[in-house]
Amino acid sequence: MKPVAFEYVAARSVEEALAALARDEDAKPIAGGQSLVPALNMRLVRPTLLVDLNRAGLDAVEVNAVVRVGAAVRQAALERDPRCHPLLREALPHVGHFVTRNRGTVGGSVAHADGSAEIPLCLATLAGTVVAEGPAGRREIAPGDFFVTHYLTTLAPGELVVATTWPEPGVGEGTAFEELALRAGDYALAMVAVKLRRSDGAAHDVRVFAGAVTDRPTALWDAAVSLEGAPVTPAAAREAGALAAAAVDPAGTIHASAVYLRHLTGTLVERAVLRAWERSE
Amino acid sequence: MTGIRLTVNGREVVEYVEPRLLLTDFLRHRLGLTGTHVGCEHGVCGACTVRLDGVSVRACCVLAVQADGSVVETVESLAGAEGLSPLQDAFKRHHALQCGFCTPGILMAADDLLSRGDPSRDEIVDMLSGHLCRCTGYAPIVAAIEDARDRKEGP
Repeated sequence: MKPVAFEYVAARSVEEALAALARDEDAKPIAGGQSLVPALNMRLVRPTLLVDLNRAGLDAVEVNAVVRVGAAVRQAALERDPRCHPLLREALPHVGHFVTRNRGTVGGSVAHADGSAEIPLCLATLAGTVVAEGPAGRREIAPGDFFVTHYLTTLAPGELVVATTWPEPGVGEGTAFEELALRAGDYALAMVAVKLRRSDGAAHDVRVFAGAVTDRPTALWDAAVSLEGAPVTPAAAREAGALAAAAVDPAGTIHASAVYLRHLTGTLVERAVLRAWERSE
Repeated sequence: MTGIRLTVNGREVVEYVEPRLLLTDFLRHRLGLTGTHVGCEHGVCGACTVRLDGVSVRACCVLAVQADGSVVETVESLAGAEGLSPLQDAFKRHHALQCGFCTPGILMAADDLLSRGDPSRDEIVDMLSGHLCRCTGYAPIVAAIEDARDRKEGP
């Protein structure tokens, strides 16, 4: 398995990368390459030009009201960074393996938009943003307006993800991530992320999102709203789980039937909302 | 063809490569460093793991051109004039390999993990989830890495 021939440019800046991408409509940006190089090797993708972002100055983490994570920041680096949001830190060990996280990037995972990717799910749950730059300038995109379906986003041709922004944990905030995969590092069968805020002994601003059983990070509003304004008791968590299970419509696979995946989603939501509540104390 | 200059196992290398050449094939076919094994060529099996600027990576998921200006270490770098490295020696004592196909990749990832501190058994097992071994059942590999960790001098 070897890639088809292509040209290669190691961009030294975002401007250089954008100029190179504008030259060739079949150009593709490459960052960590942990999804793209396997696809190149299998010839599932055949770009004529690869624009390498590894030395384009996109590897900084900055805090300025929100945490701005450069697109080429390695997943392993963010995992060890104290500025990483606790929800994302809980999810990152589920991304690939120790060795692939050393190379894989945060922005690459977001731009790749695999429906079972953990980083997009966390970004949507925390209501972060995707920062993109292209021929038409720079824009900041809400996850709901970015992820369309598996491997498809609203990035325009020639446009690049240059960063993601993540809110800092708020007062009384509790978050939790749950995932089940057949083996550690495999694609998730189902995954769930929860964020809530505890105030006066009740849960507020509850957000429940699911991935892998959906084609993109998907809000489960019925489950979230059912928890609003009351303490999260085991019974309330079970009810939220049942609402979540009813809200997803996964396709069964040879490994797990649709009925099982729906049940699993409910169980993961039940666990995640209880843990997020405990952590919000 | 693109000119690249990098350091491989302490030796400076200058070569011209096609952009599509994978780092695995560059190491094996250009430099004759066949200790880096090629299994799945899509980042799953872990056999091709090498260190790139000190960090373990899948050499099948890195292009040789991307290693321009970098330092690459392969399994051939582990043993010194005195013989096997402490990690390799622990693998030998614990029978942590049988056919040996997966071993170079596991050694390089374990070497990276051990260089960052003293990993727990859980952290070792988690690291190994990215490496397919069909001979050992993993238990002797975990034991060997724990042994090498416990024999490390200093922090």
